[in-house]
Amino acid sequence: MSDYKPKIIVFCCNWCSYAGADLAGVSRLQMNPNFRIIRTMCSGRIEPEFILTAFKKGVDGILLTGCHPGDCHYISGNYKALRRYNALKLLLKEMGIDDRRLKLEWISAGEGARFQEVINNFIKTITELGPIV
Amino acid sequence: MNTQKIGAVLVVGGGIGGIQASLDLANSGFKVYLIDSAPAIGGIMAMLDKTFPTNDCSMCIMAPKLVECARHLNIKIIPDAKIEGLSGDAGNFQVKVRKKARYIDAKKCTGCGECKKHCPIEVADRFNQGLTRRKTIYIDYPQAVPAVYAIDKNNCIGCGVCEKLCLAGAINYKDTDIVENINVGAIILSPGVDVFDPKVYTKFGYGIYKNVVTSLEFERILSASGPFSGHLLRPYEGKIPKKIAFIQCVGSRDPQVGKNYCSSVCCTYAIKEAIIAKEHSKNGLETTVFYMDIRTFGKGFEDYFNRAKEEYGVRFIRAGVSKIEEISETKNLILYYENEEGAIKKEEFDMVVLSVGLVPKPDMWNLSRILRVNLNNFNFCRTSEFIPVDTIRDGIFVCGTFAGPKDIPETVAQASAAAGRAMALLTESRGSLVAKKKYPDEVDVSNEKPRIGVFVCHCGINIGGYVNVPEVVEYVKQLPDVVYAENNLYTCSQDTQKRIIEKIREHKLNRVVVASCTPRTHEPLFRETIREAGLNQYLFEMANIRDQCSWIHMYEPESATEKAKDLVRMAVAKARLLAPLKRVEIDVIQKALVIGGGIAGMSSALLLAEQGFEVFLVEKENELGGNLRHIYKTVENRDVRYFLNQTIEKIRANKLIKVYTNARIKEITGFVGNYRTKISVGKFEDEEIEIEHGVVIVATGAQEYKPTEYLYGKDSRIITQRELEEKIFNHSTTEFFNDKTIVMIQCVGSRDNERKYCSRICCSQAIKNALNLLEINPDANIYILYKDIRTYGFKEELYRQAREKGIVFIRYDDAKKLELQTENGKLKIKIFEPILKEDLIIDPDLIVLSSGIIAEPNNAEIAKMLKVPINSDGFFLEAHVKLRPVDFATEGVFLAGMAHSPMTIAESIAQAQAAAARATTILSDKKYYAEATISSVNEELCAGCGMCGALCPYEAIVYKEKDGKKISSVNEALCKGCGTCVASCPSGAMTQYGFTKKQIMAMVEAL
Ligand code: FES
Repeated sequence: MSDYKPKIIVFCCNWCSYAGADLAGVSRLQMNPNFRIIRTMCSGRIEPEFILTAFKKGVDGILLTGCHPGDCHYISGNYKALRRYNALKLLLKEMGIDDRRLKLEWISAGEGARFQEVINNFIKTITELGPIV
Repeated sequence: MNTQKIGAVLVVGGGIGGIQASLDLANSGFKVYLIDSAPAIGGIMAMLDKTFPTNDCSMCIMAPKLVECARHLNIKIIPDAKIEGLSGDAGNFQVKVRKKARYIDAKKCTGCGECKKHCPIEVADRFNQGLTRRKTIYIDYPQAVPAVYAIDKNNCIGCGVCEKLCLAGAINYKDTDIVENINVGAIILSPGVDVFDPKVYTKFGYGIYKNVVTSLEFERILSASGPFSGHLLRPYEGKIPKKIAFIQCVGSRDPQVGKNYCSSVCCTYAIKEAIIAKEHSKNGLETTVFYMDIRTFGKGFEDYFNRAKEEYGVRFIRAGVSKIEEISETKNLILYYENEEGAIKKEEFDMVVLSVGLVPKPDMWNLSRILRVNLNNFNFCRTSEFIPVDTIRDGIFVCGTFAGPKDIPETVAQASAAAGRAMALLTESRGSLVAKKKYPDEVDVSNEKPRIGVFVCHCGINIGGYVNVPEVVEYVKQLPDVVYAENNLYTCSQDTQKRIIEKIREHKLNRVVVASCTPRTHEPLFRETIREAGLNQYLFEMANIRDQCSWIHMYEPESATEKAKDLVRMAVAKARLLAPLKRVEIDVIQKALVIGGGIAGMSSALLLAEQGFEVFLVEKENELGGNLRHIYKTVENRDVRYFLNQTIEKIRANKLIKVYTNARIKEITGFVGNYRTKISVGKFEDEEIEIEHGVVIVATGAQEYKPTEYLYGKDSRIITQRELEEKIFNHSTTEFFNDKTIVMIQCVGSRDNERKYCSRICCSQAIKNALNLLEINPDANIYILYKDIRTYGFKEELYRQAREKGIVFIRYDDAKKLELQTENGKLKIKIFEPILKEDLIIDPDLIVLSSGIIAEPNNAEIAKMLKVPINSDGFFLEAHVKLRPVDFATEGVFLAGMAHSPMTIAESIAQAQAAAARATTILSDKKYYAEATISSVNEELCAGCGMCGALCPYEAIVYKEKDGKKISSVNEALCKGCGTCVASCPSGAMTQYGFTKKQIMAMVEAL
């Protein structure tokens, strides 16, 4: 189990969480490499289908990140993301997928250290859960 | 004589200041001539490895600007040039410029570098501070602009080898100097500075001991493009150092070498170099900084200092180093120093870095004579606090370090400010001399099969040091539809841009992927490049393999390489599906809203109005003036009251400025070019006004901290500096004759646990007030209790005066707290005196607290309305701490004055003028070109359910009737491209250009 490398997608919004990830880089904050970022302009862009397809294709965990409540560059995209996230969680349970595999976190452009922490924790959870199939 | 002003500006000096000024001018309708005495622009910033306090890679953030300058149609770069004469007046100058022979035809040279391979003569390399050698035919640095070689004729022996090797036929030994007359309306001086030559201090043995280097040499040693390719090695024999000492104030704060000013940047750059050095060395490097005062007074600097101490373990010793001795066998160095307790100590180090100060360039005196501008005692350009970027000569402006030592963001702000002043002068001629950019026609690639080119960046060692770049390139080559892939040392450099264009043409590429840093900074550059090659600029995708890969997995090169491959594969998967897009044109309302009627807000408003733009100036108090209403004299003893009244009068007299006092912003809607704002006016919010404008400048100011410590508010003998100043200038002065002993306590509410930052202005303010007190009451005993005295720049002179006049400075720190008590109605302060090593009791008659600056509490509300960030201290957070000091990430919104961080009057005014100049880059054009990545409706699929319209935060979706069916449609000017509607559309009729479902799914599936 020790050399199990989970497949993880992290969706970042352009304005806060992607900038937070960049800041983590600029600050050289070291973290577990087993994740890949996909950038959208806003967390509100994330379609449920992206997530369901990803799980179907064998992705082990998906982390959605966006601006803190009230900070979304597009006013309220993150609230919409939150609503979809809650619904998705229920759906995942129904499908028999451990809902800890999907997580939503708010990370600001100034929170490089938080980005690092969130990533490391999430990867730890997924590593403990093991491969999805 | 022709009275029409000339719509062109000469910028003298192509460091970061000159570059910024040139870009601002060229982007708002002026022709720019940018001259530099060196063969390439870039100045000192190009030599730096990293920048404080974010440790951003200097070249990474600068390269896009270099390239933008080089390719800007309205900027003419003239290297190797200097001014020889000037005639004419403001609005119409004739400048005589001598361009030194370069012996290379710039039009023919491709920068390929074949010529230098066999050049037999080597000399010390200026760019690497003499730590390496270069050929006599050379280019300054890899990203140099212009990317053209030069022959150093002083050393060339004329053997003719290079001429034979140059296939382009660019070598011209017979080249001669050219003297040209340039006709411009204004001149901006940004010649920069040199660093101090420490040889005059024989005690340090610089120049004799090989392992004693200057901070700029050390910067080159740390740099990936430096003498040791970024490996931290000693110059003597290339050994890895284990113990490095930094000595501060070398050539600063020292009247004996004629440099009685503080160079302002050395403390923070030494901290940076110590941190970076530690990061470089894998096996525990020790770093020690010897200093007099640590002056980390800028935004975020104090935090940086604390992190250096606590996280990185950099050791700080408050001590003067009296001499350095070299041990002849090891070439190690022994430092003798006297610590705070007065004890003489010695310690061995294997390398010493001298933190050298900033000094004016030697030919400034000559330049000032030609231009008839004034220099100060130290040969820096003389300016005045209220007009910080003006020289005494009309039409000639100044910015950056030539106007006094300063860091990069301050230089950039001043540069924009100087550009703004020139724009105001030449407003009537705006647009008269500019050319419009002509791109080649866009090739229609819609019916072609994707042919993708991939460029993978080494970024010096930033990526290449951790990710196996050649392996990534080999991997990429076999991905479907990739027809070309290569690696570059710096993909962002000018020569690589040329290369990308060539490769697009050569391989008929119709999509381009760059794997390098973050699209947040570099996407615009690469898009522009492919557009120049005839591709639609949206046929481009980036993979972030530096910030989000090599930098965060520095100890796992294999995983980092695997990850880089995945990221590029995902980018390629998306690129395959990219389609050409168009940017929507938006009309710009050429008016500005300025929030805050303090000196910053007023200065911005004036500069905009002078250029003919209408301004709405909104102030929440019932009068204009902000903090200036409580300040009477500046540190240079100028009359603030007079200046303030004059400024208010100018505002009132200007018909283009509409002032609202007692006014609050209620709501701001809209976007760049088209804002609509509701303001309630009057004490009782009796009136609501709605205004329309194209840009916003946030100048909300800041407040004095109301102390809760040291019995403030409980005893009338304890007051703040501001209250003291009011008393000095407003009240009868007699009461101070009684106050024999006055104690000032620094850092009240600053640099403590609650507010970690330094308030920057309190040290100078305290000394200013102390000196004024002494004038009234020469017998007063004044004590200033401080942590570090931070009289940066020329304010150091004030500190010297204060000590000369007998003001006593005693240090305290958090470990040895001050104690204040009242005993029988008398005040008593107990402080530990480090030299005497015992507690000292002072019985003051008056205690003055130097209370810090805190952010305006309303900032949060304004920030929310504008969707711009504030930092944890409540100040607004600019788009980029180094290069965009007065911009927000949100287009069309700018920042000025103490809303940004604590600063002096002069600094506020410069920032305000800068913000106005930046705003002008938008206001000066009737059109603004919006993003292209907006939403659109597939009318066939739309079921008219209305879900999207209900969710859209911008009301950008409206309904329309089509063929008897109700369907959604997107208002392109209002859509901001968040994509929320797309994610919620149940029938899949919505799409977002640039982030389509297919594209994102392709990325997901590629993993
Ligand atoms: S922009 Fe970050 S969540 Fe909307």
